Amino acid sequence: MSKQAPLIALAGNPNVGKTSLFNLLTGSNQKVTNYPGVTVERFEGNFIGIEGASVIDVPGTYSLSARSAEEELAIRSVAGLGGEPQPDLVVVVVDSTQLSRNLYLALQVRELGVPVVLAVTMTDLCDGDGPDLAALSSAFCAPAVAVSGLNGEGVDKLTGAVQAALDAPSHEPSFSWELSGPLAEDVAAITPHLPESWNAAAGPRATALSLWSLLSLDGEDELRDIPPSLREASAKRSGSDRDIEREVILARYAQVDRVIATLKAETAATRRGTERADAVLLNPVFGFALFLGMMTVVFQALFTWSGPLIELVETGFGWLASAVEAGLPEGFFRDLLTEGVIGGVGSVVVFLPQILLLFLFIGIMEDSGYMARVAFLMDRVMRAAGLNGRAFVPMMSGFACAIPAILATRTMERQRDRLLTMMVVPLMTCAARLPVYTLIIGALFPVDDWLGMPTQGLLMAGMYLFSTLIALIAAGVLSKTLFTGPSVPLLLELPPYRRPKVSAALRMMWQRSALFLKEASGIILVCTIGLWLLLSFPANAPNAASFEERRVQAEATLNGEDLDAALSVIDNQESADQLQGSYAGKLGRVIEPVIAPLGYDWKIGIGLIGSFAAREVFVSTMGLVYGLSDDVDEETATLREKLQTAQREDGSPVYTPLVGLSLLVFIALACQCMSTLAAVRRETATYRWPLFMFAYMTALAWVASFVVYQGGQLLGFS
Amino acid sequence: MSPLSKLQPGATGTLRALDCSRSFRRRLMELGLLPGTEVRLVRRVSVGDLVEIECRGCHLSLRLSEAERLFVDPA
Repeated sequence: MSKQAPLIALAGNPNVGKTSLFNLLTGSNQKVTNYPGVTVERFEGNFIGIEGASVIDVPGTYSLSARSAEEELAIRSVAGLGGEPQPDLVVVVVDSTQLSRNLYLALQVRELGVPVVLAVTMTDLCDGDGPDLAALSSAFCAPAVAVSGLNGEGVDKLTGAVQAALDAPSHEPSFSWELSGPLAEDVAAITPHLPESWNAAAGPRATALSLWSLLSLDGEDELRDIPPSLREASAKRSGSDRDIEREVILARYAQVDRVIATLKAETAATRRGTERADAVLLNPVFGFALFLGMMTVVFQALFTWSGPLIELVETGFGWLASAVEAGLPEGFFRDLLTEGVIGGVGSVVVFLPQILLLFLFIGIMEDSGYMARVAFLMDRVMRAAGLNGRAFVPMMSGFACAIPAILATRTMERQRDRLLTMMVVPLMTCAARLPVYTLIIGALFPVDDWLGMPTQGLLMAGMYLFSTLIALIAAGVLSKTLFTGPSVPLLLELPPYRRPKVSAALRMMWQRSALFLKEASGIILVCTIGLWLLLSFPANAPNAASFEERRVQAEATLNGEDLDAALSVIDNQESADQLQGSYAGKLGRVIEPVIAPLGYDWKIGIGLIGSFAAREVFVSTMGLVYGLSDDVDEETATLREKLQTAQREDGSPVYTPLVGLSLLVFIALACQCMSTLAAVRRETATYRWPLFMFAYMTALAWVASFVVYQGGQLLGFS
Repeated sequence: MSPLSKLQPGATGTLRALDCSRSFRRRLMELGLLPGTEVRLVRRVSVGDLVEIECRGCHLSLRLSEAERLFVDPA
């Protein structure tokens, strides 16, 4: 039965070291694709030890029963349903400190009749010698091998066991538990309705998939591609007075307990260290204080450490642009490459350092077991907003970038919770808003102290607080209006604390950041090129001739540095003039009446249009609008001065602190990010939700800025 | 029988009944919270209205409102 290219599925509970084992088995040679129909990554790699064999990483799960399309992936990969190839063997990773719960899953896999090899992990954490593997193997009728995901010990043995099982699948395929008379009738009633594509007309596979249907289908599940007749048959059976679920689960656990009873060794692990740590970390007062303290340090580190890296990226792209500029003849194509393509890609990659660092921290928190505690602590806050503790990770990722945060909602089990979280995540202060805040706050607000604290720093911290509060309030409102219905009860495992593994955290960081690059780069590229075209055409300033005249005059009267200075002033004025006449300039004037009540002029309008590609493009667009050369950033003194001295037609300043505040509020709330909208479109497979998101956030931003500006004026501020 | 949530922190009881929605009940049972199983209430976190319980060596957290619907015979 040994095939040319055997497929091995790697299944297991969450937090058992499955991913480290997968990495050990496949090395760096992994292929990441999406499961068809759902946007969940599917990891497949070559089995290093077995020529031609490949390994697929089954999403971590406690059971093969499923309610959501995402949960269904485990059964799809293990049983080979829904377009997934059927594996020749399943390696079930079993945490030896949690044997009964882990063997419950292994038993379900075994029921399908597929050969199983048990990979027993965490044996070093057991109080005694760990489980007697020979006894486990004979009681469970499957080879059992101890492996360590940390140092790779036992991987050779595991490979040998897999190879042997592939060569001679010798275990009894019928190893299972006995169905009671009524349960056998239930199964017999379901089996004829199993779809033909499930390839389960009879035998253990038919029984297993019938039981799966009885336990998984309940009228409220969100499973797809289930034939109506199967649904009907299951509903009829599970609607009876008998408690089928309890009967099945009890029978399975009884079988598991029989297996465990044969292993005399002590397998319980003490959690004294973990319990002692939790007494502090889960304490309502200390736990929260510690968490807040830790977050402060994390964000402080995020902003300090990312600085040099960001500079490096900027320098790199600047160098690239000038190299291209030097190598190509002047003209449309060169400008498109340097300003559109390189500038566009650069504006994406510049966020990468912050995003990488934030995901590194999140990875360490998850790997150490602390993240489950944070979700636990945050549940109260999240519940008030109609969310649950699980929404915390996406919300926190939103501080880096909304795109990975939207992808992080995939772990949520109910579609309602997922959509709700997705709708509010873009309100969190992402890395792209930071340069805009820095520019506005730096230019328009005093540097002085307020009660001994720097005003500008307070304002910046205030923007983070504001965005988080608004996101929670928005979630609360949406959960009471659009996304009504009960939220899923919270059920979290609190795994023992473990020392995080650097390589695992780094790998997780890279995989999540790669998602950001993959999702964002294409769209931002298209947007920045589109924006660049809008800003650059028509190419000639309305009165190009007069600028040419001034140039000739300057050349005649000045020389040396004075001439250079004068010429660059003329150049910048010309490009500012050109910009005013460009399509973007016209667009800015078109939207001026809409944004005037918020205190903005048409130049700010251009900036706001520009920021659709990525919010930070606002800064460089404002640089263009005010006739500075295009390599300004938020720290540039000249851009700040330009903003401070800009005047309206009546001579009053355009940018007052009140306008600045109104602008901060607008940038915080408006959905100015094409990539986010595209990600939502992809995740929900409909235009409805991205459109809704855009509409509600823009309306919210407009109203809030209106209230700030008009209210501020009424109160006598300026 | 009394609700699991009424146990003293650190006390154990034998689970008798799970009175929750079908899917949540199935989930709990699959994690080993079956009638007849011993459950320990590890701690109550009053601020968040949450409880931490231990069952078959596994630590889980639930909301208090859900723990009120799990019934145990105190040991």
